Amino acid sequence: MDLIISTIAQGLLWALLAIGVYLTFRVLDIADLTVEGSFPLGAAVAATMLIAGYHPVAAILGACVAGMLSGVVTGFLCTKLKIPALLAGILTMIALYSVNLRIMGKANLPLLQQNTIFTIARSLGFDNNVTVLVVGAIIVLIVAVLNYWFFGTELGTAVRATGCNPHMIRANGIDTDVMVVLGLLLSNGLVAMSGALVAQNNGFADVGMGVGTIVIGLASVIIGEVLFGTRSFKNCLISVILGSIVYRAVIAVVLQMGMPPNDLKLFTAILVALALSLPLIQARWNKFRKGVTR
Amino acid sequence: MLTIEHISKTFNPNTITEKIALRNVSLHLAPGDFVTVIGGNGAGKSTLMNSIAGTYPVDEGKIEIAGTDITKWPEHKRAKFIGRVFQDPMMGTAANMQIEENLAIAARRGKTPTLRWSSTTKDREHYRELLAGLHLGLEDRMQSKVGLLSGGQRQALTLLMATMAEPKLLLLDEHTAALDPKTAEKVLALTQSIVAKQHLTTLMITHNMRDALKYGNRLIMMFEGKILFDVPAEKKKDLQVKDLLEMFEKAAGSELVSDSLLLS
Repeated sequence: MDLIISTIAQGLLWALLAIGVYLTFRVLDIADLTVEGSFPLGAAVAATMLIAGYHPVAAILGACVAGMLSGVVTGFLCTKLKIPALLAGILTMIALYSVNLRIMGKANLPLLQQNTIFTIARSLGFDNNVTVLVVGAIIVLIVAVLNYWFFGTELGTAVRATGCNPHMIRANGIDTDVMVVLGLLLSNGLVAMSGALVAQNNGFADVGMGVGTIVIGLASVIIGEVLFGTRSFKNCLISVILGSIVYRAVIAVVLQMGMPPNDLKLFTAILVALALSLPLIQARWNKFRKGVTR
Repeated sequence: MLTIEHISKTFNPNTITEKIALRNVSLHLAPGDFVTVIGGNGAGKSTLMNSIAGTYPVDEGKIEIAGTDITKWPEHKRAKFIGRVFQDPMMGTAANMQIEENLAIAARRGKTPTLRWSSTTKDREHYRELLAGLHLGLEDRMQSKVGLLSGGQRQALTLLMATMAEPKLLLLDEHTAALDPKTAEKVLALTQSIVAKQHLTTLMITHNMRDALKYGNRLIMMFEGKILFDVPAEKKKDLQVKDLLEMFEKAAGSELVSDSLLLS
């Protein structure tokens, strides 16, 4: 029971990352690697702010703003300087590694003495895992509602249309560059928030904690879409959140079955590669069954 | 309504793939003009249209719409004045979004998007009426994603979207070329009725000479980046396809009345 609760709780904290990756990968149709830097950036900013004595909520919001700025940098690189989005994300990610070290002053900041959003909630009398679950659920709910609202507004639909068909949206008078920057800003703000939450829950921020986050995000998005559908934007949002939880459950199960934790990233990468190639494999299989070679 | 003065455009200048697409083209469209544009491949028809729309800047010359010099404006800013339908039915609509959401975006063409909800109940009523005018039954599928529609339906929808915010200029770039003949005819009839109803100034590229003669009140033929001839309304009425070919032969001064012109 404890394991189930903690799995769901983990899934919720990482769901913000998944929503962030969904916004770039699906909504904007960009594979944004900034994530790998903005996730530890959020952790670094939040940890540093907590140690400096700020309130945990302020630390989370501070992390969010820092993440948004990193998204703007990537956006600037790929729209104004015309650097391909993938490379722009890599550049920001690498730059952020140094930035994060500077913010933290060292590679790892423990938060054992600090009040975090979880210790505050715990003082209300919940037990450990339930606290994380409740805090995570509240934050994810707020973020999901805000996202649903924003992407239903005139501005939000313009961002979605930009990812779907830039020709169309330009022909309707919208500057696609601004929309791409806006999308990257929102995405990385969420990712950094996720980093801030995970750091507070883990009790430390580490400069290396961003490694593989893009793949975790993608895995959550794809699992969610496959299992829970993509009918509408609302449906997608819910799918992605649930996908993040299912991903944590899958990880918990394989670890229980005795897979060494060091192999987790390999496992996740294979999972995502398989999921991404599924449509192609399916098509080939259908052709093969009908007896068409090639 | 539209004034083009001496515009030129060369792609890949000073390279082996240099291509002069427009040579010193001037054109004036009076309000309500419906001009059809014909010409073979590489004649500069699409370049002319993309230059007006701002897909790329011109090398020289000036473009004015309704008295405003837009030569240096980026594409998205020009959209305030211009409604466009592309050759590719996929290009004019956002496939992953609902019909209603597409219409809401088009209804606000040229305005800065705000944080208001994208469409209100009242807007929806308006969209429903407009869609009903297409006679495609789309008014009952407003929540459907546009990607589920056929090419003809999407082109009709794009046409509606291009004209619902009353553009100063409507640009149609072979917008029926990708459709089967029957659907093409329907979309052209729809074009005709919308243009007539809103009294729109329109530039329509077509590869079909019969369509070029049948629709519009003026016809221009392009050849090698220039406007070869410009047929006014009174002469256009009695013009036949064979007259067009003769005029082309005379104007181009060669035996170039080629199959390529007829077939392209």
